[in-house]
Amino acid sequence: MFDGPEPIYIQIAQMIRAQVLAGELKEEEQVMSTTQFATTFRINPATAQKAFAGLVEEGVLYKRRGLGMFVAPQARERLLEDHRRRYFEEVLAPALQQADILGISTDDVVAYVLGARKRTTEES
Amino acid sequence: MTTAPFGARLDDVVVHFGRSHRVLPNGTMVRDDASTALDGATLAIRPGVITGVLGRNGAGKTTMLSLLAAFTRPTSGTVLVGPEGEEEDPWENPWVTSGTQLVRESGDLMTDEKVSTSLKYYADMRPDWSAETAERLLDLFEVDVRKNPSALSRGKRSAVGATIGLATRAPLTIFDEVYLGMDAPTRYAFYDELLADYAEHPRTILLSSHLVEEVERLFEDVVVIDRGRVLLAESADQMRARGFSLTGSKDAVERIAGERRVLHRQQLGATVQVTLEGMLDDDELTAARGAGVEVGAVPVQDLFVRLTGPGRS
Repeated sequence: MFDGPEPIYIQIAQMIRAQVLAGELKEEEQVMSTTQFATTFRINPATAQKAFAGLVEEGVLYKRRGLGMFVAPQARERLLEDHRRRYFEEVLAPALQQADILGISTDDVVAYVLGARKRTTEES
Repeated sequence: MTTAPFGARLDDVVVHFGRSHRVLPNGTMVRDDASTALDGATLAIRPGVITGVLGRNGAGKTTMLSLLAAFTRPTSGTVLVGPEGEEEDPWENPWVTSGTQLVRESGDLMTDEKVSTSLKYYADMRPDWSAETAERLLDLFEVDVRKNPSALSRGKRSAVGATIGLATRAPLTIFDEVYLGMDAPTRYAFYDELLADYAEHPRTILLSSHLVEEVERLFEDVVVIDRGRVLLAESADQMRARGFSLTGSKDAVERIAGERRVLHRQQLGATVQVTLEGMLDDDELTAARGAGVEVGAVPVQDLFVRLTGPGRS
């Protein structure tokens, strides 16, 4: 857990964002407290706090005084929008770049995409 | 917490041990310094933070920690301990020492008394002592307090030390290799209790350990001591950012690695894993992942070995 190259607080934020996106954390649901988080994952509480503070700033979480942290309303919608916007740049562009290196033509890629779409439709 | 967390500063501190005197044939006396434990150590410990103190055997860790707790006096240089802006020399300073708890490997218990007697002594001495915490931890660590320390195993004595360190809730709490002799479940229970108690009662905690892999994520700051000097003192995030690893096909890995200094290299068939100095920027990270190269963190342990291991400069 959390063994990527980014600082741990960024990886924690990514994990919580992913949980919200996947619907594992519902809107208005309470998230673990800093202390719970620190002891569950055996990390420094300040690291967890830094991750939560960042998510509050992004509007993914919000603080209820005396109660703790909760998933913000519309957090999932906002994250979806953000991830859709970055999908082409961060996921597709590198994949196409790799295709270029391997000498896969754009036509082949397009054919695959269309074929894949068709396959998915047939399966479902 | 009645007192604000303590910070600490060392400025050009030198500690010599084992002085001997020798008379030359012409009658003059000279002093030999048998060993130098600290050789110009300069360092600042942030108040309210868990700092890891790493160093190889004989690097000077215990001497440095003893200075902060006024168990040792520097040969030269300055040591200051106290709340931010009010730091004082801890030597023979009851105000500072009453707020500092050093837990050493030995556990610091009265040898010919029951453990419960030593605990009563700490309860009387320490203004922030939590009897409830002490009782709970001793129960958790399964320590029989009716026994004398000599009747306890090494691990149980360490567990008593850990209990004292946590229950004291001192503004500066120092654990000097307190884990010795503890079995793995006890060590992990100690880490969990440390984190939970620190989160509820923030204070300054210093923790020295050789089990770097186990404890590195507990730290917000890291200090590496080597040959009596402070090799680095920075946040754990900064230390982790000193390097990264790439795993993937040889060509792709080498393309992404570029001109970076290789700290370590392993090859298994067509797959190469390299540990490199520095960090990737976001574009390089995206490119690496796009090329099917796995980018990983370098454990603090590896960086520590790299920085202080044989063959270091």
